[in-house]
Amino acid sequence: MRAKGTVHKYGDNVDTDVIIPARYLNSSDPKELAKNCMEDIDPDFVKRVKAGDIIVAQKNFGCGSSREHAPIAIKAAGISCVIAETFARIFYRNAINIGLPIIECKAAADEIEAGDEVEIDFDNGMIYDKTKGTQYKGQAFPPFMQKIIQAEGLVNYINSKEDAKD
Amino acid sequence: MGMTMTQKILAAHAGLPSVEAGQLIEANLDMVLGNDVTTPVAIHEMEKFNNQEVFHKDKIAMVLDHFTPNKDIKSAEHCKCVRDYAAQHQITNFFDVGEVGIEHALLPEKGLVVAGDAVIGADSHTCTYGALGAFSTGVGSTDMAAGMATGKAWFKVPSAIRFVLTGKPAKWISGKDIILHIIGMIGVDGALYKSMEFTGDGIAYLSMDDRFTMANMAIEAGGKNGIFPVDATTIAYMKDHAKKEFTVYEADEDAEYEATYTIDLSQLKPTVAFPHLPENTKTIDEVGDIPIDQVVIGSCTNGHISDLRIAADIMKGRKAAKGLRVIIIPATQEIYLQAMEEGLLKTFIEAGAVVSTPTCGPCLGGHMGILAAGERAVATTNRNFVGRMGHVESEVYLASPAVAAASAITGKISGPSELEA
Repeated sequence: MRAKGTVHKYGDNVDTDVIIPARYLNSSDPKELAKNCMEDIDPDFVKRVKAGDIIVAQKNFGCGSSREHAPIAIKAAGISCVIAETFARIFYRNAINIGLPIIECKAAADEIEAGDEVEIDFDNGMIYDKTKGTQYKGQAFPPFMQKIIQAEGLVNYINSKEDAKD
Repeated sequence: MGMTMTQKILAAHAGLPSVEAGQLIEANLDMVLGNDVTTPVAIHEMEKFNNQEVFHKDKIAMVLDHFTPNKDIKSAEHCKCVRDYAAQHQITNFFDVGEVGIEHALLPEKGLVVAGDAVIGADSHTCTYGALGAFSTGVGSTDMAAGMATGKAWFKVPSAIRFVLTGKPAKWISGKDIILHIIGMIGVDGALYKSMEFTGDGIAYLSMDDRFTMANMAIEAGGKNGIFPVDATTIAYMKDHAKKEFTVYEADEDAEYEATYTIDLSQLKPTVAFPHLPENTKTIDEVGDIPIDQVVIGSCTNGHISDLRIAADIMKGRKAAKGLRVIIIPATQEIYLQAMEEGLLKTFIEAGAVVSTPTCGPCLGGHMGILAAGERAVATTNRNFVGRMGHVESEVYLASPAVAAASAITGKISGPSELEA
């Protein structure tokens, strides 16, 4: 599996309140949430974002509220992967559980800039910055989490385990 | 190698003699919680399971606390979705307007979580129950759905940071000041993926409410959970509230900690977190002259009865500063009633404050006290991110009930000792 797109770059501690402000949490429809994604940190994000684009951020991405609406909004906005130095733990779980690809990589988070064209090979965790001609190795997921990602989310994974028992 | 308190609870719930940091486990859950924002998403996920029955109708709690009483039509539809589901699946612990309180104050008060439990909740402040000596952590809606369906959750066993609390806190120093001091010291990702284990002789001076406040904000340091040892205070609280048996776990003598911080509680001063991160802390003497537009005293962090008592003690016989809006939100109906019987509500209203029904409301910029551009609030809540309580150009300063109440009187950020001078 590969992803390819233009980078939208952010700094440390991008919290779930700016990813999807609580005033929009009266909806849980992915398409509705996507319309207001990143609104309080980057009001033009929804105008710029194209299907396949990539978010690159630094430390503690997705901190704060447990709202799954945050990774849902990012995924529905067309983002194919989020790269960060570190993720807040609830966001990390939520992204895996709903099938939004994420990668932890400090060097990529430090060096990749807004507007760069980036390609990711999820099979080996490699990140290629086509604009700069650089490449980075992301942190691999433990096998258990890879199974959830391959099943495209936790619910499918649990269903498939039950099927195997039958 | 020994285990931390968190590791012991996780091992017991995974049916394993021992676990170590980094190990992936599947743990049995004693309680699965959701609110009116997160539960509708979980119910939608439940519909995708092959087996759509809930694992245990007594071990799921659904609490309509965020946007209630319904703030708009969309919120009303969400609450109706949860209400209908709870009725259909006979969810025992469903709490609607009239008996609802803010979830993390309500569940301990109802005795639904006790020492030794393993709890997940689709709300980041689920870590509150660590105050009782339980393992509890926030998750998202899909994890909530998986917990509702299977009664289990997967966890990576966390490593730990130990906070040794010593000495007796000075007058007006509360759990809020201690946890803000800690977050200021280690940062908003200082405990990322880790458990925050509190120990030390200073804990004996902390009320249950102080401990709830501190465990509640473990997430604001990135922690997976925050946990307190079980002592006489905990046991007395559970005797008054618990509806089930509890189990006491203690950390092994040779448990491993990634770091240990010793904090002398007697040296702490009232502490305020400046916009826009809980780690931007200053002690009250460093604050300077900051005029404010609104004060909020409430939330899962500081809407307890002892918080209201402290605020009323400071506001009694005084008037809120002219032009200031002061909003008091008791966290549960029982706290509301108690505050009424003790005359606290009268004190607040006579001081010029409003008293709201229990709701998360303004804490997350939902309703009941939204800020306009350029406005500032002092709040006893837990987050001061950009736009958290309203407009992106508004500001939230996090503080204890004592600082919030003193600020309500002076109209600027103030410590309670300013009023005593």
